Amino acid sequence: MGKVFKYGKDVDTDQIIASQYLLYPTIEEMKVHAFESLDSEFIKCVEPGDFIVADENFGCGSSREQAPAVLKACGIKAVLAKSFARIFYRNSINLGVPVIICSDIYDHVKTGDEITLNMEEGYAEVAGVKYSCTKVPEYMKNILDQGGLLASLEKEI
Amino acid sequence: MGMTIAEKIIARAAGVEEAHAGNIYVVELDHLMSNDGTTHLTIDMYNKLKNKKIYDKNKLIWIMDHNVPCDSPKTAASQKKMRDFARENGITLHEGDGICHEIMIEKYINPKELIFGADSHTCSYGELGAFGTGVGCTDYLYAMVTGKSWVLAPETLRFNLTGELKNGATARDLILTIIGMIGANGANYKAMEFVGPGMKNLTMSDRICICNLCVEAGAKTGLMEVDDIAKAYLREHGREAVDGFVSDPDAKFEKVYDIDMGDIVPVVAKPHFVDNISPVEEVKDVEINEAFLGSCNNGRIEDLRLGASIIKGKKVAPGVRFLVSPASRDVYAQALEEGIIDIFMEAGAIVVNSNCSVCWGSCQGVIGEGETLISTGTRNFKGRAGDKNSFVYLGSAATVTASAIAGKITRA
Repeated sequence: MGKVFKYGKDVDTDQIIASQYLLYPTIEEMKVHAFESLDSEFIKCVEPGDFIVADENFGCGSSREQAPAVLKACGIKAVLAKSFARIFYRNSINLGVPVIICSDIYDHVKTGDEITLNMEEGYAEVAGVKYSCTKVPEYMKNILDQGGLLASLEKEI
Repeated sequence: MGMTIAEKIIARAAGVEEAHAGNIYVVELDHLMSNDGTTHLTIDMYNKLKNKKIYDKNKLIWIMDHNVPCDSPKTAASQKKMRDFARENGITLHEGDGICHEIMIEKYINPKELIFGADSHTCSYGELGAFGTGVGCTDYLYAMVTGKSWVLAPETLRFNLTGELKNGATARDLILTIIGMIGANGANYKAMEFVGPGMKNLTMSDRICICNLCVEAGAKTGLMEVDDIAKAYLREHGREAVDGFVSDPDAKFEKVYDIDMGDIVPVVAKPHFVDNISPVEEVKDVEINEAFLGSCNNGRIEDLRLGASIIKGKKVAPGVRFLVSPASRDVYAQALEEGIIDIFMEAGAIVVNSNCSVCWGSCQGVIGEGETLISTGTRNFKGRAGDKNSFVYLGSAATVTASAIAGKITRA
């Protein structure tokens, strides 16, 4: 169980982590600037196991992998959105961050709500109500299950 | 069943007879481009691998363009890591030569190729009939080590272009109008293919501009047929003028749009979304603090010529900064030769080196709280060009230059 941070549509990767921090040497140095322009409360309140719930096209814009990487470093357990931008989706899977397409939950939660995610069964639960999620495609689930693409690469070489 | 250009390129890269949208293929990549925005992180991951190897260093092209010249000790450390690794491993490295996509198009890309680049605007290579797409650094690392990756073959949206641009409209106005029409995720996971009798009226620079911005509609890539104009470009840039793919008559398109380019008018994308499109004439009384002419989208010699033709003999408005950054060293040299740099300098513009500059919002020309920028850059997201409470409008080289002179957003 974790709490929700709710954001709108077309949240771009510049808002997740702005350009001026991308060349910082490490993700740890970048993560304190996560969502800086969108929500200054995020970094003060986020705890490991929390969730992001968003409207359509989450993670649009730049290919910066620093975006899902800082969310992972902040302890975000999964992002549930109506839809995701392509490169963000792929980067998240590669890093082992579940990105779950869930159309119904957005209109029924607010920031701070407690949420439980059951990926195997394909639902998220808030206040006793279950909302079904689209399962991650098999090819990508294999990458997720191994803990990301890097883990998979280590096995191959 | 027939195939689209995108499906044919994926089939070739996967070594299979046919590829079709919705299926995943393991593909061999032709080039792997990476820039200083993320390469330091790729190197960190590479150095942690138990078995370190590079599949084929000749496929790797590394380009420093985001924070060039370097702006801080932290950036210097990240760039030094990239520079040292490239030297130690024999990887081609460009530094100070210009923006990665412009360099890739000028020097490396060939028809039918499949390219991964660790930058979202890698979708820019379609005017040469090549499939470029942006990836993150983990995908990049995987491909760097194995030479391969996987792709989901995309559906294709086809844009049938007729007529020609007039009324002061440019290719930039055309692609911004299309993004406004289909929305910021209108082509998410899809390829955008541009064909039709109007193509002969678009220069290579126009075509690069169109393909480059496809990711702002969410697209995986932008694609075009390799015609005589594209072949002439290849020859002029020292490469063989080989054929590209064309979509089969029975290829399946998700949707086909017919666009008469004669209907396009000069537009801007208003803050804070690229699909927030409005004709320039409807944008009233927006005063600007800064104007930017440059970027991989609109910093080529044709764009500089257009800007120079408008500003020649005039001055940048008092209190306005006008930054000009040619997209590559070759473009810069050409502009010098043609006297274009002199024109901008005499008008009071600040001409900077070839790099991502203002478009990427971390190096040169960032804007302050409450300030407004009009830019030929790629994005106008909140905070993209500096302070989180600032405003970015996107327009053509003509609109940007005319606005720099007027001190407010205006059409040329």
